[in-house]
Amino acid sequence: MAHFIDRRLNPKDKSLGNRRRFIRRVRNAVKKAVDESVRRRKIADVDQQENISVPADGIGEPHFQHASQGGYRRNVLTGNKKFRVGDQIKKPPSGQSGQAGKEGAADGEGEDEFLFVLSRDEFLTLFFEDLELPDMIKRSLKEITVTKPQRMGYTASGTPANLSVSRTMRNAFGRRLAMRRPSPAEIQKLEQKVEELKDLKKPNAAQKAELRTLRAELDKVLRRRLHIPYIDPLDVRYKFFEMRPEPAANAVMFCLMDVSASMGVREKDLAKQFFVLLHLFLKQRYDKIELVFIRHTQVAKEVDEETFFHSRQTGGTVVSSALKEMKKIVEARYPPSLWNIYAAQASDGENFSGDSSLCAELLTDDLMKRCQYFAYTEIVDEKEANLMNSEDNGMELWRAYRHVAEAWPNFAMKRISGRADIYPVLRELFARKSSGVRDG
Amino acid sequence: MADRATAEAPLFEGAEWDFEAVQRCYDAIERVAIDELELDVYTNQIEIISYQQMLDAYSSTGMPLMYQHWSFGKRFVREEQIYSKGAQGLAYEIVINSDPCISYCLEDNTMALQALVIAHAAFGHNHFFKNNHLFRQWSDAQGILDYLDYARSFIAQCEEQHGAQDVEQVLDAAHALMPSSVFRHRRPPHTSLADERARQRERRIEEERAVHYLWDAFDHPAPSSKPDEEARKRKREMGLPEENLLYFVERHSPILESWQREVLRIVRNIAQYFYPQRQTKVMNEGCACFVHYYITNALHHAGLLTDGAMLEILHNHTNVLTQPGFDSPHARGINPYALGFAMMQDIRRVCTDPTDEDREWFPDIAGSRVWRDVLKDAWANYRDESFVQQFLSPTVMRQFRMFTLADDDGKPFYTVDAIHDERGYHEVRDTLARSFDVAEFDPDIQIVDVDLLGNRCLKLHHTEHNGISLDAKTRDETLKHLRKLWGFEVEFDN
Repeated sequence: MAHFIDRRLNPKDKSLGNRRRFIRRVRNAVKKAVDESVRRRKIADVDQQENISVPADGIGEPHFQHASQGGYRRNVLTGNKKFRVGDQIKKPPSGQSGQAGKEGAADGEGEDEFLFVLSRDEFLTLFFEDLELPDMIKRSLKEITVTKPQRMGYTASGTPANLSVSRTMRNAFGRRLAMRRPSPAEIQKLEQKVEELKDLKKPNAAQKAELRTLRAELDKVLRRRLHIPYIDPLDVRYKFFEMRPEPAANAVMFCLMDVSASMGVREKDLAKQFFVLLHLFLKQRYDKIELVFIRHTQVAKEVDEETFFHSRQTGGTVVSSALKEMKKIVEARYPPSLWNIYAAQASDGENFSGDSSLCAELLTDDLMKRCQYFAYTEIVDEKEANLMNSEDNGMELWRAYRHVAEAWPNFAMKRISGRADIYPVLRELFARKSSGVRDG
Repeated sequence: MADRATAEAPLFEGAEWDFEAVQRCYDAIERVAIDELELDVYTNQIEIISYQQMLDAYSSTGMPLMYQHWSFGKRFVREEQIYSKGAQGLAYEIVINSDPCISYCLEDNTMALQALVIAHAAFGHNHFFKNNHLFRQWSDAQGILDYLDYARSFIAQCEEQHGAQDVEQVLDAAHALMPSSVFRHRRPPHTSLADERARQRERRIEEERAVHYLWDAFDHPAPSSKPDEEARKRKREMGLPEENLLYFVERHSPILESWQREVLRIVRNIAQYFYPQRQTKVMNEGCACFVHYYITNALHHAGLLTDGAMLEILHNHTNVLTQPGFDSPHARGINPYALGFAMMQDIRRVCTDPTDEDREWFPDIAGSRVWRDVLKDAWANYRDESFVQQFLSPTVMRQFRMFTLADDDGKPFYTVDAIHDERGYHEVRDTLARSFDVAEFDPDIQIVDVDLLGNRCLKLHHTEHNGISLDAKTRDETLKHLRKLWGFEVEFDN
């Protein structure tokens, strides 16, 4: 006697809790790997699945076991081809014994690195960890698409609200024709004839017979009409909707960065995280986002992402050159009527003296009108950040941008000295989102 | 195949399976297993699962229920990685030593594979679990699922009360000591779920009483003048020396709270449950393979399996039962499936068709024709080590072309000191038998002394065999865990 049980529909993620515990256990290593991968990857690919390898130290499961070397051991091996009793086989020189030491390699303990794949969700959770995003936003960033019901033809089943009257009637009409449902005119004609014959005072035999046949025919026709309904459930059609990703307009994101010598690795990492976060945010609103990277010293140049983050240049700093370059690119390739333009600028705040007012002018007169949003971050030392605790004082560029910020609500600026400072720069952008996506 | 009867229609055709076909197959297999092989099995419970569920089962050591711990997550992550890369297929089945005997069959199996798996697990393994003396004595098939359920909810409750971190630390330490925490000689008492609860209640009461115990400490008798006698008495009272490390720590650790002791108890009970399986790999798999081979052949012979299905079964059978030679890139030592199956087939041959050599080696059974009884006796009363010692025949040694290789640390070469010839048979057999002895591959570690009144240092002793020492790195790591549980210094006395 046996019981058969079909368990296939049982919940399958029994190991999820264990997996979560495991990731928490290797959190530090994984976090480091995540940050490393954000640094290495292209902005647009940051939220893909990632192979993570963590050192095996923290997750070893030691137990007492015999050393793999030393002592006197004897094993039985199979597949002897030519050995005879007393044969001696030289041991391999490195002490890495070929066959005899096998028992020492217990499962898993020999590995130095442990490799596994983080899902997008797990990856983003770790990436967001010390960005101090409010929970609401974390959740909405993880959702990839906004969907919208879209008409996709007709179905035979649905809710009354979706009933398509015209399609239903058309089907009914076709069916009535095909089934030869007697039309009211036909019936009327028959009835008329029957009446006429009935009204005759003295019908002859032929007329009587005709009346009988006509009556029988009318009877048949009436019955036929009952059997073939005017509208049959078969005719009913409903409008069908399919959830489709919401078509959104195109967006372009400009990344502007000062790459003069004063921007070190730390500054660039922070800048990149800032760009990544903005990109993640844009990604959920737009289907297609183009990225434009403009780096500048005293001259600005559009470059690819690799060069943007990794190559160095020496020279002075003229911020307006980047803004001019951006303006040029916008005019050439991204007409604001077709593109939503976002810009993120990262700098250490230094600028060629006198240039800052030009920057403010460029923004106020031209760029701010075309941009959806312009975010400026000044990356400073943690020590400096404490000194410059007031928003009002700062270097020339900062002061100049203050005026822009006052005039334009879609201009955001912030000093950042650590990862936790990044989100507040974009806060307004996120806040606007929650008040209504579609008007963005 | 020539004399194949064609009286009966095949049980199924094609690769797709459905529950009716599986049931038909099961009934046919059961007839062969019970009537012809005279197997004695627990009630079967056959569960069809998906590959994700198989991965889940893999990572919790094959059990359907398990408490939560990161190490299972690690195993899951690794198995998933290996599987999704395609580096390794999944097992077709997992079978659990419980009553009823649960076997998991993968939904992706073809119908022929389902038949093979049912014969293999639901009858082969099942018979072995029910009859082998180690399983009968040492593991409790009736209670295991209840116990795991209890363990799972107990640990979840602990996590709620004491925080996941604290529970994790205790479990980490307990897992490290798990392999050294089985009773190898004493038989553990069977406890039912009710006993388990009652014991827990007692523990709580005891804990409350401990407050009063503080005051009792004043009127302890003065220490005896003879320190030797004192030490002996102390050791006797604490049951030293003790081979079951967790058992000792659970009972005597000065720092653990009662829930922590209960966690240790759970872990060592699970270790104890798996202990017979570790000693009977060759026999267990051999038994299952022998049974499925016999049954599928019988079904095929009766015309119940099509030639196609039989070929598929044989293909899988031979894949599992290959024994690569020592110099093959696939060499992983002795394949327990291959060895067990070969030995059992050989026992059958010795019983029915012995050579002179067999008569000399196995005078009791050679030509006796009662191979079923001989095998059932072997399945019931032996473990790998004694089974090899008793039944490994020269034929099998020749078939596997076995030889022994000695590795002496002092010498720059390995020595071949016995091969599959007249002079070497005994030598090879003894060596092989010893290599299956758990006492040989598990380090022999005992707690020998503890000074509860002094510095409370716990002394361990490792008995070396053949000069093989403990691996220093894992030893130190494991000691750290033991220190956490003991609360004071722990060291090896050698």
